[in-house]
Amino acid sequence: MSRWEVKIAGFGGQGIILAGYLLGKAAAVYDRRHATMVQSYGPEARGSACNSQVIIADEPIYYPYLTEPDVLIAMSQEGYARFAPEVKPGGLLIVEQDLVTLDAARLREEGSGGDIVRLYTLPATKIAEELGHRIVANIVMLGFLCALAPIVSPSGMREAVRSSFPKSAIELNLMAFEAGYERGRLSRSADDRV
Amino acid sequence: MKRGPAVLTGVHFINGDVACAEGALAAGCRFFAGYPITPATEIAERMAERLPEVGGTFLQMEDEIASISAVLGASWAGVKAMTATSGPGFSLMMENLGFGYMTETPCVIVNVQRGGPSTGLPTLVGQGDMMQARWGSHGDYETIALAPSSAQEMFDLTIVAFNLSEKYRLPVLIMSDAVVGHITERVIIPPEAEIPIVNRKRFAGPRGAYLPYLPEDDLVPPMVAAGEGYRVYITGLTHDERGYPSTSPDVQERLVRRLVEKVRRNAHDIIRLEERGVEDAEVVLVAYGISARVAYRAMELARAAGRRVGWLRLITVWPFPEERLRELAARVRAFIVPELNLGQIVREVERCAAGRALTIPVLRPGGAVHDPREILAAIEEAFHV
Repeated sequence: MSRWEVKIAGFGGQGIILAGYLLGKAAAVYDRRHATMVQSYGPEARGSACNSQVIIADEPIYYPYLTEPDVLIAMSQEGYARFAPEVKPGGLLIVEQDLVTLDAARLREEGSGGDIVRLYTLPATKIAEELGHRIVANIVMLGFLCALAPIVSPSGMREAVRSSFPKSAIELNLMAFEAGYERGRLSRSADDRV
Repeated sequence: MKRGPAVLTGVHFINGDVACAEGALAAGCRFFAGYPITPATEIAERMAERLPEVGGTFLQMEDEIASISAVLGASWAGVKAMTATSGPGFSLMMENLGFGYMTETPCVIVNVQRGGPSTGLPTLVGQGDMMQARWGSHGDYETIALAPSSAQEMFDLTIVAFNLSEKYRLPVLIMSDAVVGHITERVIIPPEAEIPIVNRKRFAGPRGAYLPYLPEDDLVPPMVAAGEGYRVYITGLTHDERGYPSTSPDVQERLVRRLVEKVRRNAHDIIRLEERGVEDAEVVLVAYGISARVAYRAMELARAAGRRVGWLRLITVWPFPEERLRELAARVRAFIVPELNLGQIVREVERCAAGRALTIPVLRPGGAVHDPREILAAIEEAFHV
């Protein structure tokens, strides 16, 4: 696929912008493709709704905003409620299962029509806590995404992680990536689509 | 102190502000004085980090008046210098910007535009300072203003801005916007040897023979640096070839006419445009900065619907590319001008169209970019009048 539109939504402090940045960096610097990220956030440093929008393509990217996201990673209830309806039919919806209550009505609706969004849930924050710190939940999510869709190469993603953190934090972030990646691989083979 | 290369050759994923700072360093900028302001702060942050690595100087000043003053002074000391700001700071710089044109001081001023007037929308986009860039300081002058559309162009055009400022001896403006400043994209920095660098003409004759405002054939006088032993007299007053103040209407005529002419006569060298699909177009979108990228999407949608629509991106906004717009006005049905202000560059387009082609503005006062469908609606309108 030559063009991917990815939205990552959550609140300030979850590393939402950093996750978008790492995805774009893996694509641009290590996979040598075009990548653009725009971000939206409130004036507060923590706690307010924020999202990052990443486009990855083989062609130059003119319009830098998403038109129809192929992927939404929702790390907050608000992010899920606001952006889940935008996801492209056949697209990927990944939610942080401990922070998002799925909308039962929407699930039924999506299940009944032809425009099915592939839904995956992941306790990314819990996985991160088990690894040592909840701060790497965003990287767990990136690992999960990487296994589910060929947006960026796993090796590119690992390089992006390696080159973006201080030495002392690289190992934990790489572990988080691998943990998410492994969960994604298992989910994909189980094909637990809703 | 940690030393680092001035040119970070390679592929990067960085935002427009950081790319601008890297472009400045690659162009040879070794002095930055500024006062932080959203959405331009990252330029100052990057310069504060990087200038000491390359033997340069970073000064945080008390305000933007001091910032531009320090930049003009640094340039006269022989160093390539830059400052970066947004609307409120740009307003404060206006008086000394005029001093820069009058004293023919090479330097670069970056305005990462946000919504105005006044403090307006600190974190959100605007393009409301485009006419201020042209007319903001008092008196007659011509300026050069470039409008980058991407992080890559924040790098590339900062180098172009330094080169033009050195070549024509004047402050050059980079009229960016909050989206282009903060957009994070792939930026390719070429090897140092592939980056063309222009340095100001230097006077190398005997000390007594130097006339700081005696122009050569290109209307640009060679420069010396303060402290090299030449006698320099720098004043904002109307001055003769020696730099001495004069109240003579003849001296005024000669000086101000030359300040304007050195830009107008070289417009062909200064003006940069990008065009798509203009050859067969009945309607041409004219845009700059982030709006040009939004307009591009509108063009794609219109072309997919069978409309012959072209796209003209102003990379150089000042001097305005009158000649090209007049050529097109003679054969297109309409120009459509989307911009994030309530009508600035559209006036220039309308002036060039001179009634021969329709000019349709699509305007928003900043805060958010256009929805491409707004521009598409204007395209449909153009085909139905």
